[in-house]
Amino acid sequence: MSERKIRVLVAKPGLDGHDRGAKVVARALRDAGMEVIYTGLRQTPEMIAQAALQEDVDVVGLSILSGAHMALTPRILELLKANGQTDVHVFIGGIVPDDDIPRLKEMGIRGVYGPGASTEDIVRDIRIAAGKRKS
Amino acid sequence: MMLVDSVLSGDRLALARLLTHVENNTADGRTALRLLFPRTGKAHLIGITGAPGTGKSSLVNRLAMHYRGRKRRVAIAAVDPSSPFTGGAVLGDRVRMKDLSGDSDVFIRSMASRGALGGLARTTAGIVQVFDAAGYEIVLIETVGAGQGEVEIVRLAHTTLVVEAPGLGDDIQAIKAGILEIADILVVNKADRPGAENTEKALRSVLDLAQPKNHTYMHHGQSMSEDQRVEARVDGWNIPIQRTVATEGRGIIELAEEIERHFDFLHASGNWTRREEARLASELAAILQERLLEKFHAGLPEGRYNEFMRQVADKRLSPGEAAEALMDDAWRGGAARRESRRAK
Repeated sequence: MSERKIRVLVAKPGLDGHDRGAKVVARALRDAGMEVIYTGLRQTPEMIAQAALQEDVDVVGLSILSGAHMALTPRILELLKANGQTDVHVFIGGIVPDDDIPRLKEMGIRGVYGPGASTEDIVRDIRIAAGKRKS
Repeated sequence: MMLVDSVLSGDRLALARLLTHVENNTADGRTALRLLFPRTGKAHLIGITGAPGTGKSSLVNRLAMHYRGRKRRVAIAAVDPSSPFTGGAVLGDRVRMKDLSGDSDVFIRSMASRGALGGLARTTAGIVQVFDAAGYEIVLIETVGAGQGEVEIVRLAHTTLVVEAPGLGDDIQAIKAGILEIADILVVNKADRPGAENTEKALRSVLDLAQPKNHTYMHHGQSMSEDQRVEARVDGWNIPIQRTVATEGRGIIELAEEIERHFDFLHASGNWTRREEARLASELAAILQERLLEKFHAGLPEGRYNEFMRQVADKRLSPGEAAEALMDDAWRGGAARRESRRAK
């Protein structure tokens, strides 16, 4: 019996130690029937890219509350691309000033979710994005 | 097949994608397994099982580091349970394996059980075969945190480690059958905690009570016909108990030595071949069961299954009768007979 589950990497890059939000999202995605690989804290971009590759994920969700998103994002996207994972969709959740969002989207980030975002929106957007991925 | 060629030439993205095919039981996945099968049989498959909270993931992490120190290529399949209600899962075993990142000769793959009972996913055996064929010499398989019934690992691994930890239950727990029976090596992890010595004593007394006996490998505990069973003699292997503190890397070298001793024992005693046979027999049986059911359902007319299900729900037919009627329909021309009766 074939089953296709959406696999999502939830990663906490950098030195930011707040993981409650990431865990809330991880549980919401699980409740939506997805398989979530949670990396734990203090991940380097290299660790995140390696995990995304080995787990062949459809989506990478970065949880960043430290303000380091403009530094971390290009590096992570670059590594994903270098590894050949060009069809993985990357989302960011956390503390991101509105002014930074357009530039992040230009870089290739699919969606940015601040503190008020609903998990329903995140689930919906991930489903849409993953549906577009070539199998 | 291009994907297989890429995997064999060391392309890690191709490997990851192939694992996904195998996990989803796609046509490409089945083809790849067929092509890769002749290349399997070189890896040492080591299963790690035990109750939640005993430190399996940390132990896997340390064992992998040890093997990497000896320049062996290591693959890890870590299984976590899927929610029975939503079908989703949080796979968190990687959290304990950060020391292994950046090493291109370690490959970690998290798997959800997807409803399978027994501690493994249905496709874990296939995933492990891909790792074996791709040249990973050590494959560590971490099962779902098991209680006493999740013993599927014994049919997949050559060497099974059962991990205990002090203070997780009274000593009587140690005496319960099932999970202890499948151990080739017992590990008392978190051995720096109070009660470690009591845990070890309790385990030792259970081992002393058990006589060395022949294991008959049966599929899911159901009896199979005589010629389907595979017997393995275990005389000569005394199950060691190894204390470890995985988070500190203590006891790991000694544990690896025990694993090595078991590996040598399997080969010297002829049990390696017998276990391989038992493994493969078990896998054949599992795949056959799954495919038979698939084909059966595919051959039923639209809605027929639900018709019978309705009758069972209304208590007009027992489940046993419904099953017989469905098989009659599919295999013995029952449908045609009913049609001709109606026509008269």
